[in-house]
Amino acid sequence: MNWAIETEALVKTFGATRALNGIDLRVPSGSVYGLLGPNGAGKTTTIRVLTTLIRPDGGFARVLGHDVAREGAAVRAKVGLTGQAATVDEDLTGRENLIMVGRLTGLSWKRARSRADELIEAFDLVDAAGRQVRTYSGGMRRRLDIAASLVVTTELLFLDEPTTGLDPRARNQVWEMIRGIAAGGTTVLLTSQYLDEADRLADRLAVIDRGRLIAEGTSRELKASVGGNVLHVRIQGPEHRVIAEDVLTRVLGHVHNGGDPLSLSAPAATEEGVAEALRALSGAGVALAQFSLGQPTLDEVFFALTGHGTEEEKVEA
Amino acid sequence: MSTNAAVAGRDDRRILNALRDAPRASSPGAISATITLGWRALLKIKHVPFQLFDVTVFPLMMTLMFTFLFGGALAGSPREYIQFLLPGILVQAIVFITVYTGVGLNSDIQKGLFDRFRSLPIWQPAPIAGALLGDVLRYGIAALVVITLGLILGFRPAAGVIGVVLGVALIMVFAFSLSWMWIIVGMKVQTPESVMTTSFLLLFPLTFASNIFVDPATMPTWLQKFVAVNPVTHLATASRGLMHGNADMSSVLWVLAASAVITTIFAPIAIRMYRRER
Repeated sequence: MNWAIETEALVKTFGATRALNGIDLRVPSGSVYGLLGPNGAGKTTTIRVLTTLIRPDGGFARVLGHDVAREGAAVRAKVGLTGQAATVDEDLTGRENLIMVGRLTGLSWKRARSRADELIEAFDLVDAAGRQVRTYSGGMRRRLDIAASLVVTTELLFLDEPTTGLDPRARNQVWEMIRGIAAGGTTVLLTSQYLDEADRLADRLAVIDRGRLIAEGTSRELKASVGGNVLHVRIQGPEHRVIAEDVLTRVLGHVHNGGDPLSLSAPAATEEGVAEALRALSGAGVALAQFSLGQPTLDEVFFALTGHGTEEEKVEA
Repeated sequence: MSTNAAVAGRDDRRILNALRDAPRASSPGAISATITLGWRALLKIKHVPFQLFDVTVFPLMMTLMFTFLFGGALAGSPREYIQFLLPGILVQAIVFITVYTGVGLNSDIQKGLFDRFRSLPIWQPAPIAGALLGDVLRYGIAALVVITLGLILGFRPAAGVIGVVLGVALIMVFAFSLSWMWIIVGMKVQTPESVMTTSFLLLFPLTFASNIFVDPATMPTWLQKFVAVNPVTHLATASRGLMHGNADMSSVLWVLAASAVITTIFAPIAIRMYRRER
């Protein structure tokens, strides 16, 4: 197997905090790889180590065959980074930003200008190219930011939370773009807090929590590793939620609360358990709008793996 | 992923074409990278001309205020006083502008733009060098504005254009050395505003407790002692001398030596901090 990224026992500490506590990661070339975890889990730190922005304190990382600690320049020449914060200059126009990056990756002024125009066209920024970036919408800014990472041949693209803060339409556009980039053969490593996003985009996923890698595999594998099916129920009114939670906890062990106030899910190991839970719900007077038996969502996988949800425990990275 | 090809739409194809046409990266030379980042600094001035407002208006106000408020009392007439004041005001104006090097750096770091620069295959200190290049333009504009106003108010430098150019050049040399300190501050503090606050705490005493505005002879002895070792005093004396054609070479040398010392101490610290992780 050809690995775009290989790390072994990667450690990074900030003062007393172990941001990375021994990460072993293997990202196959040509894949879209998702790094999942709550805020403060170590996702951004991992990306910063892999893009040579910070040095690891222990362990080893090889990116495209180069040791990040000793061959930083070689790594920088082959990878692109779109950070969490906008990594473009707000005072400049979109076109000027792309020309600047072109010049800084060794293109002549002429080629940098023509390359900027190619990317403006490809990333649907023609109307905005001459405007200052500070006037851009979140989606336009993100597209420009990603375009700036693709000015030169990029074998490996790092996208740190590429859709955070975007509206659904802009998010879809960025997803399309990431698929296009991957189809062109570029390996993409993206981080996300949105599990559905990783589920849709990534070939493989790694779940990290508190600086450790706690699970790795395809999304199907991760879901299977949690084991068993899940009973999803949708109640008719929020006034029944507390009762429904009590009933499901009593019958099935525990309840997973998603963001939706009307929906609940619980592990369903056996058919008898499901039947009993549904009987108990109707016995308690809880009116159901819908119920179904299915695979766990990644949210539930995450919960099962870490014992806490993705939104809890926000530790600053 | 096989599904990727299936969903490839119009946008995807355009992106695929753009990716296929991507040129290979190579490392631009240190000078080329610095010039590109200097070009960026020029563009920022072009797009946000307001940033030149405090660079120019503050020294204009100071010149007008001091010339007409104190000129008569200090030197007999505003016209007499401005011969003394103008080179000093120029020192003050440019020394204050040096803070923007740190402010700009700090805002680049906070906004994440520095991550982009640092992930590119460039000579790593190029963003700092480029910012310093952009500063030359700011210093130049401020000098032009202040000198023009001075000439209107009756400033007549005896050493002519050459003297004035030499005076401004000496001020810039000192300004560059001072910039390194603000680069360090810019990397240490959290917001561009705190870069301003921190540096002004140092710059106000440095410029006012000097001979920019008045002859220190009437100051208390302890203050005179400070004024005598303040590099800004020597800079004001030297640039006055250069512009009026009666330069005291020892003060010129003093300024050059001070600039060299400041740079030797702070530039390596700044570059090491910058190379190191953030």
